[in-house]
Amino acid sequence: MSSVGEPERQRRHAEHLRPVPFETMSGIPLAPVYGPDDAERPGEYPFTRGPYASMYRSKLWTMRQFAGFGTAEDTNERFRQLLGAGGGGLSTAFDMPTLLARDSDYPLSLGEVGRAGVAVDTLADMEVLFGGIDLGEVSTSMTINSAAATVLAMYVVVGDKTGVARDRLSGTIQNDILKEYQAQKEYVFPPRPSLRLVTDSIRFATAELPRWHPISVSGYHIREAGSTAAQELAFTLANGFAYVEAALAAGLAIDDFAPRFSFFFNAHIDFFEEIAKYRAARRIWATWMRERYGATDPRSIQLRFHTQTAGVSLTAQQPEVNIARVALEALAGVLGGTQSLHTDAFDEALALPTEKAARIALRTQQVIAHETGVVQVADPLGGSWFVEELTDELQRRAEEVFTHLDHLGDGSMLDGVIAAIDDGWFQGEIADAAYDLQRKLHTGAWTLVGVNDFTDGDDAAPPTLAIDPVVEERQLARLRDVKANRSDAAVDDARTRLAKDAADAEVNLMPALLEAASAYVTVGEVTETLESVFGVYTERATP
Amino acid sequence: MTERVLVGKVGFDGHDRGARVVARILRDAGMEVIYVGLRQTPETIAAVALQEDADVVGLSMHNGAHRTLAPLVVRALRDQGLDTAVVVGGIVPDADVPYLVDEGVAEVLGPGASNDDVVAAVRRAASARRATH
Repeated sequence: MSSVGEPERQRRHAEHLRPVPFETMSGIPLAPVYGPDDAERPGEYPFTRGPYASMYRSKLWTMRQFAGFGTAEDTNERFRQLLGAGGGGLSTAFDMPTLLARDSDYPLSLGEVGRAGVAVDTLADMEVLFGGIDLGEVSTSMTINSAAATVLAMYVVVGDKTGVARDRLSGTIQNDILKEYQAQKEYVFPPRPSLRLVTDSIRFATAELPRWHPISVSGYHIREAGSTAAQELAFTLANGFAYVEAALAAGLAIDDFAPRFSFFFNAHIDFFEEIAKYRAARRIWATWMRERYGATDPRSIQLRFHTQTAGVSLTAQQPEVNIARVALEALAGVLGGTQSLHTDAFDEALALPTEKAARIALRTQQVIAHETGVVQVADPLGGSWFVEELTDELQRRAEEVFTHLDHLGDGSMLDGVIAAIDDGWFQGEIADAAYDLQRKLHTGAWTLVGVNDFTDGDDAAPPTLAIDPVVEERQLARLRDVKANRSDAAVDDARTRLAKDAADAEVNLMPALLEAASAYVTVGEVTETLESVFGVYTERATP
Repeated sequence: MTERVLVGKVGFDGHDRGARVVARILRDAGMEVIYVGLRQTPETIAAVALQEDADVVGLSMHNGAHRTLAPLVVRALRDQGLDTAVVVGGIVPDADVPYLVDEGVAEVLGPGASNDDVVAAVRRAASARRATH
């Protein structure tokens, strides 16, 4: 079996073992990996068994709990507590207006400001959000798509203004617009100009932000919207191929940008199918990157991913039972070889998580990592006839979807994916799968404990978190203040340049977005300016 | 009688899985469903309800904005002179139900409501509205 794994990096990874005994509770010593000598090993192409030879023996997954609420001050305080406690990774959730690239005073924003995440209108909010934090020393994950390029520009300007060289900025921005049309529905512009913003930010990051991950290709939301595991796998990787083709078309070389692609998958309740899904994802990505796109850098070929347990699998009935669901789902993510993991809080079917529920979610990961022993051996299920067959079958099903899309795009996955979005194909497939599951729940063909069976028990709702409405008033006051104190001439200049650059598809929009951020142009003003050139996207309403 | 039900989402929230599944459940139960989809405002909902003579407006809400937006939809309907019943479904904590009912919402369906619960709630809301005609 040939290996394209970089021997040096793999060896260094394997040499830094965690200082724990690698044995069972009975004292049986454990090898790093099991299987016949001629079998594929973890860290070897096509990486079915994991990107690294020693996996969690050397480094556990990152326990990355996603949080954000209220104003920039509130979240900044949470960030500093986290950093003070030894954490190095910040994960930012934005509120709905920011996610949809609108300001806090936009009419539809009423009731949404600071509710599901932090509100960002201008650079001033980002300066407060990251105030007192050395951006060269932390890694920041930002979950945002429609406004990704705008917010990335703001982050870079915060770094510039605080004297942090751009090559020291480290983090990830989700920036996966295709799944917005398919599933999460947080889109603004039509697909083509949206893809240009993604490609422009990838080009910018490739040139200037060597430690930045400019995209996290996300199946999570596709699954939450109702897809099956097989569809999640196929649609997510198809989107990944589309971004690769868009970046290649923009003139980038595959191994210049692909090493910094990352992925984000769901961990649902069907245990073995989930594990097989992650294994198939690594194998498909490696094969396509090498065979179809000619990548040679191992980091372009190894699929690395974040996992979150399935919010939709949680029930409002007997909510404490969700702790068990989350534990099983998280275990599937770990046995599938995830690089980072978010475990949902048990009360998320009811409201935003309380502090206690969030702590139990983190503790669940710690039990898996430090008590169960599943981290001692890489890909412990490799070689299981069942898991290997499921892996192969999921790959076959995904390849059928790729063939369909490739055909639709006349040999271009990029064109195929966009054509299928325009046709409502993904959206229809996902809606059909969601309805199918609901029917099975209704007929009892699928059992959901506490909902359609085993319903006796305590349904008393646990206490839930409420967001103080004063957040909205404080945010609106800061927006008014920033608008009153900025230079109107600088704002006009920046918006004029942005509109001019947007009209020329050959120009990278990032420099104009950086200028707009510096001039305290609001997120919503950037959107309106781009809208005047790009237009808006409206979905055909079909149930 | 065939109930006429408008199903849609107001505000920014894009989680349309529930709205789409509920639209199909109601259609399968023999109702006339007018699915208006995402990013509606209270005013656009009221305009369609008027035009389509809807008995019920079904709102699907998943990100905590129900306390703000559901009462605005009720008001927009009443401003049009409509007595269309409003049914809210989604992630709504039990504690918020009395407030929504006070604000004129006819029925609230929490997470995990069954197909039968959904159909029954919409039928109740529709017949209560028709009884006053």
